[in-house]
Amino acid sequence: MRLDTDPYLSRYADRVSGLAASEIRALFSVAERPEIVSFAGGMPDLSVMDLDAVADMTAQVIREQGTVALQYGGGQGRPQLREALVDVMAHAGVPATPDELLITVGGQQALELIAKCFIDPGDIVIAEGPTYVGAVAAMNSHQADVRHVPMDADGMRMDLLEELLVGLRAEGRRAKYLYTIPNHQNPGGVSLSEARRRRLAELAEEHDLLVMEDDAYGLLGFDGETATSLRTLIPERVVYLGTMSKTFAPGVRSGWIAAPTPVREKLVLLREAADLCPSNLTQLMIERWLTTQPWQEQIKRYRALYQHKATLILDALASEMPAEVDWTRPRGGFFVWLTVPTGIDTSALLAKAIGRRVAYVPGRGFYDDGNGGDQLRLCFSFPPTDRIREGVSRLAELLHDELGLLRSVYGDDAPELAGRRGGGAGA
Amino acid sequence: MSGTPRVAVLSGGMSLERDVSLRSGTRITTALAEQGLEVDRIDVDAGLVPTLERGRYDVAVLALHGAAGEDGTIQSVLELLHLPFSGSDVLASSLAWNKPIAQGLYARAGIAVPERITLSQQAFRELGASAVVDRIAPLLGTPLVVKPVTGGSSLGLSVVTAAAELPGAIVGALSYADAVLVERFVAGTEVAVTVLGDRPLPAVEISPKDGRYDFSARYTAGATEFHAPARLDADVVAACERTAIDAGAAIGARDLWRADMIVDDAGTPWLLEIDTCPGMTETSLAPLAAEAAGMAFPDLCRTLVGLALDRAA
Repeated sequence: MRLDTDPYLSRYADRVSGLAASEIRALFSVAERPEIVSFAGGMPDLSVMDLDAVADMTAQVIREQGTVALQYGGGQGRPQLREALVDVMAHAGVPATPDELLITVGGQQALELIAKCFIDPGDIVIAEGPTYVGAVAAMNSHQADVRHVPMDADGMRMDLLEELLVGLRAEGRRAKYLYTIPNHQNPGGVSLSEARRRRLAELAEEHDLLVMEDDAYGLLGFDGETATSLRTLIPERVVYLGTMSKTFAPGVRSGWIAAPTPVREKLVLLREAADLCPSNLTQLMIERWLTTQPWQEQIKRYRALYQHKATLILDALASEMPAEVDWTRPRGGFFVWLTVPTGIDTSALLAKAIGRRVAYVPGRGFYDDGNGGDQLRLCFSFPPTDRIREGVSRLAELLHDELGLLRSVYGDDAPELAGRRGGGAGA
Repeated sequence: MSGTPRVAVLSGGMSLERDVSLRSGTRITTALAEQGLEVDRIDVDAGLVPTLERGRYDVAVLALHGAAGEDGTIQSVLELLHLPFSGSDVLASSLAWNKPIAQGLYARAGIAVPERITLSQQAFRELGASAVVDRIAPLLGTPLVVKPVTGGSSLGLSVVTAAAELPGAIVGALSYADAVLVERFVAGTEVAVTVLGDRPLPAVEISPKDGRYDFSARYTAGATEFHAPARLDADVVAACERTAIDAGAAIGARDLWRADMIVDDAGTPWLLEIDTCPGMTETSLAPLAAEAAGMAFPDLCRTLVGLALDRAA
């Protein structure tokens, strides 16, 4: 007798075949326990959110606009919210009109809709290496062939991007789009320099490239400065993604897309097939937040807190980590990206880290090509300030021990194993 | 005890197999509740003892995987609380948990066990064992299986085909335990025999679609094909069942255990290990074996409760 653990197997679409249980995901269920200092989840610290203001505002929405808040809405999202978001974009120096915007259920739905809109199985998509794990998941679910372009301290390497584009052209192929997080990248913790933004715009023109500009962290630069958006440079070639998850709160699941009209029209139809419309309730909450509350002050509070936490983690890393470990120096956002010596596998090491009561995200999940085994992401925005050093100490002690173990297991080959690595986002 | 027994299903905890354990625990809890028992699922933490005392339970069902749940730790606590529990006692649990010790006992009992070497972190750090790693491949041949000496779900397990891959595999396995077991790779049919009470359930043949029965093949529904009874000759199946019973006896296992083995081309079952607290998820082997014997999952759970209560009576 054959025992079927999944009698539906023959019915699934091809795109589902890659979806499988993962031991890393299983380990994260331990990481959620309070004993563990978790640098894993990329979450905002809501302790500085003015919850009283949100409570009042939400009550007002129900009291004053209850029949609208609890009703269906339009697929593109409320015009009043789109207007308010145009102001937010203006604050970041990004031009847009309300009609170009589409409200989504967080940035993640935007990534999924865009992948659905553009990717046929096997299509090439270019992204930074490493890139946001949720973007990889969205592209994978539409069977994209993701090509990564490495970064350094100035963001995506334009020389390597050009090399890739020229190579594709020689093969008679082209990328459907390029996905980038130019500001305080997740997970790299670096930003694309001004010169490279201009170079990317040139390359996009030269190679007829469509760019997805994911600007989740643009308003979270510690110094309050914003960089030139790609949408400003090449508006017809950019689909811009925004989110309220980092500047307000992820619980309202609200993001948006600003796209050239023909693309926006397709995206609205796709979204209607997916979930009809965004929630009116959360749209009205955000509308009120952006029109009646000092939302820029909230962003300032977030920035100050994250700057403080970044200083804590960077100081701790500098004083605790073995000399062979390298990391990026974020000037905004949520993340530090670490590169460890070859020979240490950060996926395998996670089990030991959890045993020592500290958690991170292993690097492999941020690549679609199996790279990243010697890298890991630390999120500094969420852990409490008084536990950051403790967490870094635990991780540093583990890496010290692991390097010692590597040397003892590999014997004579050890010195070259433990040599400092060049390249990667850490250079 | 009078009337309906109050059951505590213990799962979760800080183990690396927490996720699997929670899945097993939830499934058992639901199944027992459907049978009309009073059941609480308890996530094991520092508050366990007061929780158990407050709950006035009659019996505990263990769905714990990994250290503390399977190595005899929790069993000691439950014995001190005089709370009857399903599965093996302290000694059998701790013997099975340590694979090198258990394999030594199985070998002594005349059971075929693959030739193996155990190397601890200490041996590398303090005794210069890296100098002898080169000797493992000539001694045991390749391919080799490298795994942590404790733990389940194939975590930290790798198969190396060339001697040069050995150090990397050892370091990987050392992430999950303080020592590694390097054993000869036995080619053949993977078979699991679950023993319930004193009788073997139908042998389950495991055939992962990707060729390897790793974590993903274990816990992704549909990723592995199972056949029960195994598609083997009757005398080979009988040998597998004998192996499972004898190995359980060698360490003193009771109630429910699963013996994992590989049957080579000559029909010899090579015992890899015994799991004294086998997984109970939708894709786990013990429930599949029970199903093949015509025993629905709730009946399997109810039997476990009965075995523990009978012991206390």
